[in-house]
Order: sequence, then C-alpha cells, then structure tokens
Amino acid sequence: MTAFDEMDTGAAGGQSQSGQSQSGQSQSAQSPAQRNAVRAPYQDYKRWLDAAPAGLLARRRQEADLLFRRLGITFAVYGEGGDTERLIPFDIVPRIIAAKEWRRLRRGLKQRVRALNAFLDDIYHARAILKAGAIPEDLILKNAAYVAPMRDVAIARQTYTHIAGIDVVRTAEDQFYVLEDNCRTPSGVSYMLENREAMMRLFPDLFAAVRVAPVGHYPDALLQTLRESAPANCAAEPTVVLLTPGVFNSAYFEHVFLAEQMGIELVEGGDLTVKDDVVYMRTVGGLKRVDVIYRRLDDDFLDPKVFRKDSLIGVPGIFQAYKAGNVTLCNAVGTGVADDKSIYPYVPDMIRFYLGEEPLLANVPTYVLRRPDDLKYTLEHLPELVVKEVHGSGGYGMLVGPKASQAEIESFRAKILARPEAYIAQPTLALSTCPTFVEEGIAPRHVDLRPFVLTGETMRVVPGGLTRVALREGSLVVNSSQGGGTKDTWVLEDAPDIAAGED
Amino acid sequence: MLSRAADNLYWMTRYIERAEAMARILDVAQRMSLQTAAASRNGGRSDEWEAALIIAGCDTSFALHGGPATRKAVIEFLAFAPDNPSSIHACLKAARENARAMRAQITNEAWESINAAWLEMQTLGMKKVEADGFSPFFDWVRERSQLFRGVAEGTMQRDDANRFMRLGTLLERADSTARILDVKYHILLPSPGDIGGAVDYYQWGALLRSVSALRIYRQIYRDSIRPSRVAELLILREDFPRSLHACFAEIVTILQQLRQFYRHDYPSVRQAEGMLMKVRYGDIEAIFDAGLHEYLTDTIDSNIELGAAIARDFMQPA
Repeated sequence: MTAFDEMDTGAAGGQSQSGQSQSGQSQSAQSPAQRNAVRAPYQDYKRWLDAAPAGLLARRRQEADLLFRRLGITFAVYGEGGDTERLIPFDIVPRIIAAKEWRRLRRGLKQRVRALNAFLDDIYHARAILKAGAIPEDLILKNAAYVAPMRDVAIARQTYTHIAGIDVVRTAEDQFYVLEDNCRTPSGVSYMLENREAMMRLFPDLFAAVRVAPVGHYPDALLQTLRESAPANCAAEPTVVLLTPGVFNSAYFEHVFLAEQMGIELVEGGDLTVKDDVVYMRTVGGLKRVDVIYRRLDDDFLDPKVFRKDSLIGVPGIFQAYKAGNVTLCNAVGTGVADDKSIYPYVPDMIRFYLGEEPLLANVPTYVLRRPDDLKYTLEHLPELVVKEVHGSGGYGMLVGPKASQAEIESFRAKILARPEAYIAQPTLALSTCPTFVEEGIAPRHVDLRPFVLTGETMRVVPGGLTRVALREGSLVVNSSQGGGTKDTWVLEDAPDIAAGED
Repeated sequence: MLSRAADNLYWMTRYIERAEAMARILDVAQRMSLQTAAASRNGGRSDEWEAALIIAGCDTSFALHGGPATRKAVIEFLAFAPDNPSSIHACLKAARENARAMRAQITNEAWESINAAWLEMQTLGMKKVEADGFSPFFDWVRERSQLFRGVAEGTMQRDDANRFMRLGTLLERADSTARILDVKYHILLPSPGDIGGAVDYYQWGALLRSVSALRIYRQIYRDSIRPSRVAELLILREDFPRSLHACFAEIVTILQQLRQFYRHDYPSVRQAEGMLMKVRYGDIEAIFDAGLHEYLTDTIDSNIELGAAIARDFMQPA
C-alpha cells in the first residue's frame, strides 16, 4: 500500500512540486515501518479496513455509484438544457480529522471570520484600518467588489458574512493553511450532508466502530443563525425565506435541499414584493411579511433599482427596505470585497488590527506584486510560483510556473510588467494526500476542506465540511470542473463540544 | 404557501388530468370509428376524428396545420405534436416542468412518478405506438395519471399544496367530462332514422367506456344504455367520480376550507357554490329540453370563469 500523509506518519507533504514548501521525505524514501505508522485519527478506520473482507470496498463503491446515480438523476435533471450540472464523483474513503486538530482549526476559523466581519463593518463605516494605513485605501475603495451604496448602512448585529466557507489545506501535522475565504454565497454544504447520509447507509458498522461527530444538525444551526439575524424591529418570531435565482441555477438543488431541511419557503424574486420599505412574499393567504432572507443571489442581481437594471430575478426596492432596517439579507450586500484575491494577503493583518491576536491559521505566503520587493522576487522565481490575476477566477488568467513552458513564462512576465498591481503570486503547496479509492485500488490523492462558519448571536461551526479531492494522480486541482470529487469528512468526537460547534 | 407554488401545483395536476382526458377523447373516437366503419361504407359520414379535434378544442390549430382529419393525423396531432400545447406530449412535459419547479413541495415519490412518465413519453412516438397499437398507449397515459394521483394521495401531506393539486385535477376533470359528453353532438348518425339504433347504442356505450363508467352505469341503472341516463350519470350523479356533480362538490369543499382558514370572502367560493347548486338540484329532462349541447357549452364556459376566479383569489394577489 502507498503512503498517505493524511493517514500515515512520516509522509508530510504528498507530492510537493517546488517552491518554498518543504516536503519532508519523498514517498519512495520512506521505510516500511514509517509507512505502517498510522496517524492517530485513522487508527480505528485502518483497523476496520484491515479486517474488512477483500473486495468489500469495491462492492460498496458500486453500491455508492447506484445510490448516487439515483440521487444524481434527481440532481442532474435541474441542469437539463445546457447540461452544466454534472454528478460530482464521490469517494468512499472518508477524510478523518482528530478532535484536537478540529478544535484548533475551529478556533482559527472563528477568529478569521470575526476579523472578516469586523473588517467589512469598518470599511463601510469608520474605515479605521484604512486611516491606520494597514491596507492601501485604493485597494478597497477602487475595488470592483466594494459596494458604494452600502456606505453607512446600519445592519443587524453588524454581521456581514453570516455564512462563510473557508477553504483550507493541511500541509503537515498541525499545519493548516487558508487557501481562500468565501464570504458571498458559499455553496457545497449539501454535499457535506448528502455524503454523510451515503456513508452511513453504506458502512453502518464503521460508524459503530468509530466515533464520528454528527453533521446532520447543520440546517438547524443555519436556521437558528438566520433567525438570530432578524432586524431589531422584528417583534414576533421572524419569517425566514431562501431566495434562489431559480431552477436554472447550478446550485438549485442545494437551495431546494436547504429550504426543505429548514422548513422555510424557497422563493424567487417574483414571489417577493416591497411596499413602504417592507418586504412581503405573495402567498395564497395574501401578502406575508418577510424578516430574514437567506439569499443565494449575487449582489448584482438583487435589486434592479440599485444594481443591474436588467436583472429579472431580483426584487425592485429590496435594497431600500434593507437600508431602512426592515429586512436582513444573509449574507449582507458588499461582502465580496473581503474575499477578493487582492485582499486575501491582508487578512492576517486584519486579525491583528481588529482582534489584537496573532492569526491561528496561516495564509499561503503571497507576493503582492504592487509591492516592489514582491514583484522583484516573483520575476526572479517565476518557474516556481503560481501567479494569479486578482480579479480572475476558475484558473483563468493564471500561470502555474512548474508546469509552464519557457515561452509561456516569458509571455506572462510581459503581462505582469504591464500591470503588476493586477497580480499576486504564491508558492505551490505540498498539500496533504488522503487515501482514495480509485481504479487501481486505494491510492493517495490531494484534498482540501471547506468548513462552514455561521455567525449569529453566537458562532457555530458544524464538525465537518466539504472535502474535495483531486481524483487525477498527482493533480493539485480539486475543482469539480477539472476531475475533482468529494469525500465525507469525519471529525472524531471525544467530548460534546465538537458537535455543539462552540468552544 | 407561496402563490407561485399554488399556481405551479394547480397546473401540474391540470396538465396531468388533461393528458389523461386527451387519451380518453382519442379512445372514444377510436371506439366510435370502429362502430361506424360499416355504416360509413354505406354512404354515412365517419367524422369521429373531426369530433375529437372539436371537443379537444384543437380544431382551429389543427386546421392551421393543414391536411385532412384522418385517424393518423389526428392521433399524431393530439398525442405527439410537441407544438400543440394540448397534446399528451406537451401536457406531460408541462406537468413535469411544473413538478420540477416544485421539487421542495412534493414528495420524492410524486416527483419520480411524473418524471418517469415524461422520460418514457420521450421514447414513444407515432411510429412505435402505431406498431404496438393505440389502445395500449391510451391505457398507459391513463395509468400514469392514475398512478401519480395515487402516489400523491398516499404520500403528500394534507395541506394547501394538496388542496391546490386537487383543485387542478377537479377543474380539468369537470371540463373533460363536459367535453366528452358533448362528443355525441358533433358526431352525426348515418341518418336521422338511426337514432336509438345499433350505431347510436354503440356510440353511447363507447362514450361510457371511455370515462370508465360502463360498469357503474349497469350497476346503477340495470338497464340498456339510454342517452338521458348516460347524461344523468355524467352530470348529476354525485357517486360517479368523474361526474360534474362529484367534481364541483369536492371543489366547493376545498374552497370552503381555504375560506375558513384564511378568513377571507373569496368570490371564487361563491361561484363554485352556485355551480354545485345547479348540478345538485338539476333535472335531466329539463337539461335535455333546453338542449344538452347548450348546457354543456355553458358548463365549459363557467368552468373557465371559475378557474380564472381561483387564480385571482389565490395565485395573483396584489
């Protein structure tokens, strides 16, 4: 069997490519003894795996395929006409995190989201961090994701990102890096829940042998968070709805799933109407007041009176109602400026500035090319670095140094020199690998993790998240559009605080 | 419940019922054409297929299509034409689209039942059905519709969603019963002397059969088939589930429940109550004296008005 540093000790760093990351030993250099030393969180699982009859995993995988095809048919039909919605492959080997590791991670996640919320409140009000010079002013005020109409708008609890998805990777024992913050409308939580359902159906005996913290209460925690976010003037039990762009949105099934699980109405723009700055939904019993909107609709489309005029899926007047304090939007408008790639390098500084604490979770070292020193270093080390456009996404406008040809590097060099402020650079990381069931059996594959952080009256982190896995050998790309799959994420439970999600 | 959801669910079941009605209309035309085949050879007219187009409300759109109303052309148009919004194909598609938008409101079983019907419909076409026989296809459509209602009845919560689904079914069914009963008006007998004759008799029998009423007719009347009794069964008998009386009675019950729950004086409730009174205290002789066709045309019109009133009251609030 091959070594997986998620499961086995002594294999820090799966397949480091280059750059600053130090990747312990290469796999071939490991002694058999090291290979057999199973990391603590995987011990129970390994014992079960060793005792399992030959062929069990293959059989279970077939069952999983059937199970997901059944669910998948239900999911895939939403994408009919365009065929954009595909089934995301599911791997039957769980990714396991020890309780101790999780507590550290959770503290770090909460700290980070607290700082992000403080930052958003600050830049739309006092702008202390800009005045202090900790972040360049034009980086915020000229940012395309900065929503000027949000200036001085008072919102409930001063909370902007009620639901945040923070993408992290593990590179070594106790070393997590944050890859990306998602403060707008992070998706994928339905996979966390569906994957667990599937695993419990496929391996009931495993759940008897290993103490896995439950995740099924996420919809309750989310609903609780949304209720707590109601406007101050909301007297009775708040009415919460989920606003979807509609059936053609690629995440529609998640919207349906969450609305159903929370027992709230799934509304489209046309179901809502605004009268005297109050939002109502059209029901068979007449108009009903709405207090909290979990909106899975981008800022741009929210209100044609304020944002994109051509939006047919928004609600005219909703922004005015929001400003008047008569409705809460979750997440708030204008949160995109906090998860912009150009802002990411400053998050550790935000934590220090607002909380007076040292960051518990590290950022991937990032060179900001608007800084002359960083630009110089980057230009000298292009073959080792990943260079990203700050406003780009989905791998567009990106240079992967170790995989690029000399000609590609040179042409990118010219682009950087023309507009250095448009780029950042990062070393390629030695992502941890996790045992994954592929064609040839169990093999190591790279993984990342997106836990979801909820902020209401208190902060809640359900023990788990979306683990994405790069199913192609050696690939670091976990994106589902590039052969990525998902896994169930197990957080081992040793005390009740794990499931409660509170420290 | 959202108005849009009520609207979607109502139309979902209307379309399912309409697909079933279309299969029944084609079935009755098919049966009647077999009865009159002999007569038509002797110079009588065989216009069952024209009649099918008229009672389906598709005669104008078919005419635009061009071509004579042959058996094949009419079945193709009413069953498979994707561009005919009333075809079985289009109805199942529309029902499934409405269901898809309402995935959160209906049970998985209900969704799977309608989705499976649509998936199978896509594999069926004129060629295949012509080869396998039309009757099995008409039966299949009817069964899928009945299966869906059974699944919905057996799995859905008895809430507003269920009420609007029933309203859709019942309004469409009342419409379809009135239209099917009117078929005899549009099909001329070979000669006036044939009234009460063998062809006439078989045509009324085919009509009863197409609404699954032949057995019920025999049990209730224990008599040979007479037009006034067929009409009485389909219009006035409350115990026949496809009669206008049965449909209006349940529509009124549901609307009264909604009125009680939302404490609002909906115009549609009073309108439905009026229609129920008409069939509850109606007399078949009086209906025949005034003209059955006129009575049925009136009924179809007030049905359309009732549908519009329900939409105004529940699905398009200010």
